Amino acid sequence: MCLAIPGEVLNVDEDRATVDVGGVEQEVRLDTLSEDVVEGDYLLVHTGFAIQKLSPEEAQETLSLFDELIETNKQLEEEREV
Amino acid sequence: MKFKFKDRDRADKLVQLINRQVPDRRIKIVHVCGTHEVSITENGLRSLLPDRIDIREGPGCPVCVTPTSDLDAALQLAERGAIVAAFGDMMNVPGTAKSLSELKSEGADVRLVYSVSEAVKIAAGTDKQVVFLSVGFETTTPMTAAVLEDHPPENFSILPSNKLIPPAMESLLELPDNDIDGFIAPGHVSTIIGVQPYEKLADKYDIPIVVGGFEPLDILYSLGLILNQLSISDPKAENGYTRAVDHEGNSKSKKLIKDVFKETDTTWRGIGTIPNSGLTLNRDYEKWNARERFEVEPRQAEETSPNCLCPQVITARATPEECKLFKDKCTPESPHGPCMVGEEAMCNIWYRYGGRPKL
Amino acid sequence: MNNSESEEETVQLTHGAGGRAMGELIENHVLKTFTNKTAGEIGLDQLDDGATIDLPAEGTLVLTTDSHVVNPLFFPGGDIGKLAVCGTVNDLAVMGADPVALTSSLVMEEGFPISKLNRVLTSMEESSTESGVPIVTGDTKVLEKGDMDGIAINTAGIGLAKEPINDAGMNPGDKIILTGKIGDHGMAIMQYREGLSFRTELKSDIAPLNELLKRARKSGNITAMKDPTRGGVAAALNEMAEKSDLGLTIQEELVPIKEAVSGIAELIGISPYEVANEGKAIITAAKESAREVVEGLKSHPLGRDARIIGEVNQEWTGKVIMETEIGGRRFLEAPLGDPVPRIC
Repeated sequence: MCLAIPGEVLNVDEDRATVDVGGVEQEVRLDTLSEDVVEGDYLLVHTGFAIQKLSPEEAQETLSLFDELIETNKQLEEEREV
Repeated sequence: MKFKFKDRDRADKLVQLINRQVPDRRIKIVHVCGTHEVSITENGLRSLLPDRIDIREGPGCPVCVTPTSDLDAALQLAERGAIVAAFGDMMNVPGTAKSLSELKSEGADVRLVYSVSEAVKIAAGTDKQVVFLSVGFETTTPMTAAVLEDHPPENFSILPSNKLIPPAMESLLELPDNDIDGFIAPGHVSTIIGVQPYEKLADKYDIPIVVGGFEPLDILYSLGLILNQLSISDPKAENGYTRAVDHEGNSKSKKLIKDVFKETDTTWRGIGTIPNSGLTLNRDYEKWNARERFEVEPRQAEETSPNCLCPQVITARATPEECKLFKDKCTPESPHGPCMVGEEAMCNIWYRYGGRPKL
Repeated sequence: MNNSESEEETVQLTHGAGGRAMGELIENHVLKTFTNKTAGEIGLDQLDDGATIDLPAEGTLVLTTDSHVVNPLFFPGGDIGKLAVCGTVNDLAVMGADPVALTSSLVMEEGFPISKLNRVLTSMEESSTESGVPIVTGDTKVLEKGDMDGIAINTAGIGLAKEPINDAGMNPGDKIILTGKIGDHGMAIMQYREGLSFRTELKSDIAPLNELLKRARKSGNITAMKDPTRGGVAAALNEMAEKSDLGLTIQEELVPIKEAVSGIAELIGISPYEVANEGKAIITAAKESAREVVEGLKSHPLGRDARIIGEVNQEWTGKVIMETEIGGRRFLEAPLGDPVPRIC
C-alpha cells in the first residue's frame, strides 16, 4: 500500500512545509522526518506528512542503476553466447 | 517532472532483459502493496512480460485486509453519535451490515480525511467525540503516532487497526509448498522500516526480496533484480528503490511507532490471525484508544471466513473456482478476502473475465 | 416595492407561491438579467404558460433535459448557472444538433440569498449569450428551509439536427478524437471536497460546445459524439464501446492532460480519466476525414488542443484498451462509482 509522491518545498515554517506537486500546493508536516528541510528540497509525501528527503541527483542515479543492470546483463549474455 | 521514470526505450530494454533471464518454468512473484498493483495495472506491465511470469498481489492494502470487526467497531461508534473520520479507501469497505459511506448516507457523521491531521482538526473544532479509524502499515502509522505525541484534543481518539508487513510476508512463506519465487517488497513501507527486516526473511526462507519503487521502470527493474538473483542462485534482500529507501529506514518515524504503539496479534481479512502482525497503543497512550474509551464490543471470533481460499489463491496454489465462497457468497460488492477487492485482485478478475485476459 | 441587491435579502416561500412576490422576483431578477429570451413570437418576457419556437430550418428536433446540482455552487471557472446552460447546450451539440432554445426551472431553498441567485442568473445570461441560445420559458419553485440545499436548476433544450449523431454510430477504422485536455472540471472541484486540503489555480473547463462542434461537423464525416461528463473519459468511452459493440483503443501518450490535473491525480490517487469534464467532447470520425475534423476543431479557441487519441476496431468488442506510455496494454475500465481519494 501507501501512495507517496514527490513534491518540491516552496517554504518551511517550523515543522510544516508547503510543497509543490505539478503546480498544486499541499501542506506537509515534517515531524516524521529526521533531517532538516529547506526551500528547494524534494520530499516524499504520504497523507500530508514527509517520509523521506529526495535529491534530484538520486533521480539521475536511479537511471544509471537501470542502465547498469541492462548493460551488465547484456555482457553476461554475450559472454554466455561466446 | 522529476522522479518520473516512464521512458519507453529503457522499458523495452528492461523487458528484453527479463525475457532473457526468465527460467524455463512458471515464476511466481508476489508483491504486497496496493500502489504496486495500481502501477502494474495502469501501465499495463503484465502485457509486456512473458506469460511464464505470474505477478500476484498479496495482502497489502488496508482495504483488503482490515477485518470486518474493526469496521464494525467504527460503524458502532458512528451509530452511537461519535464523528468517525476515515481515509477514502475505507469508505466503501463493507462491515457486517453496511459500509461507512452507507451509514453516512443514513445521517451518521462520517468524515473522509486525507490525513490524520485533518481528523485532529475536526476534533479541535467540536465538542463531540472524534474517532479516527487508524488503518495502515508502517508507512501510515508514524503519522498517527506523531499526532498522538503532539497532545491532540481530549475528544480525539483512534481505533487502532494498524498492521505490519514483514509478518504478513512471513505468513505466506510459512504456507507449505507456497511456491513463491520472489517478493517485491513495498517501497514506501520500506522507506520507514529500511531493508533490514527483509534480510532476516530472505535468509530464513532462501528467497529473493527486492524493495521496489512505483514508477513502471522501478517495477521492471525490481523484476530484473529478482531474476538475476534466481539465475545465479543467490537469493537475498536487495534495495531496488535507493532514491527513497535507506538501509536503516527512517529513524524518526520508526521511533514514533515504537514510542506510541506495541505489537499485538491481529486478524487479516480472509487470512486469519497472524502473531505479532498488528499494532495497538502501548500503556502510555492507551487513553487515546477508542476501544477502551467507549467500551466497544470485543472482536468476534468468527472473523476469519474459514472457507476463504485467499492465501492459497495469492500463492497460486488454488484457482478462484476452487473456493467455495467464490461467486455465490464472495463478490466484488461483498468480498470475503483480499483477492476479491480491487480491479486486478485475482478473484475479482476471475469474477469478471473468468481468467486473466491476454491483451 | 423594489428588491434591492442587499446581502441580507433572501428567497422566501412567497417567492414560489405564484403571487405578486413571485412576479416581482421574476420581473426584477430573471427578466432583467436575461437578454436572449425569444425563439419565436412568445418568449420569456410574456410570462405566458409556454413559449413558441419558430424553427429556423428543416431537420430533426432533438430534445434533452438535465437537472443540475453541484457542490460547491460556485467553483473556479464557473458556477451552477453556467453549468445549467452549458450542460444542456452540450447535450444537444453532441447529438449533432444546433441548439434553438432552452427552458430554465429554478428550485430554491427558502433563505437562499438573493445576491447568490443574481450571480447564478448572470452566469446563465453570459452562457446563453456566449452560446447564442435563448432561454425562452421558465419556472420558479421554493422549498422549505432544510428540504434541499441551496439551489437546483433544471434546463430542457431543443435543438435542430440535419443528421442527428448518436454515441454509437462509429465504424471499425474510425479515429477517436478528443477536443481538449481532460479532467479539469472534476479535479478543480476536488479541492472543495471534504477532507482534502491542497490548493490549485486549476479552473473548470466548463464551456458551451455548440459552435466548436458545428465546425467539427462541417469539417468532416463524424460518426459518433459524446461529452465525457460524470464518470469522465473512462465512462464515456466504455459506454460508446458497449453500445456499438466495437472495441476502442487509445494511446495514453496522445491524451492531453494538464500538469496540475496530473499533480492532483497523483496526490489523491484519482485517475484523470474518471473525473468529469464540462467543456470537452469525444468524437469519432471516418479515417479519411479525421485530420480535417481535428483542423476544424483547432480553428476554434475551445478546440486548440484537439487531437486524435486512438481508433475504433473489432478487437475486444465492447471494451476500451489503453496502450500505455511505456508500451503496455490494459483495459480502461469505467469507474464503479464516484471516485474516492485514496492513500494506498
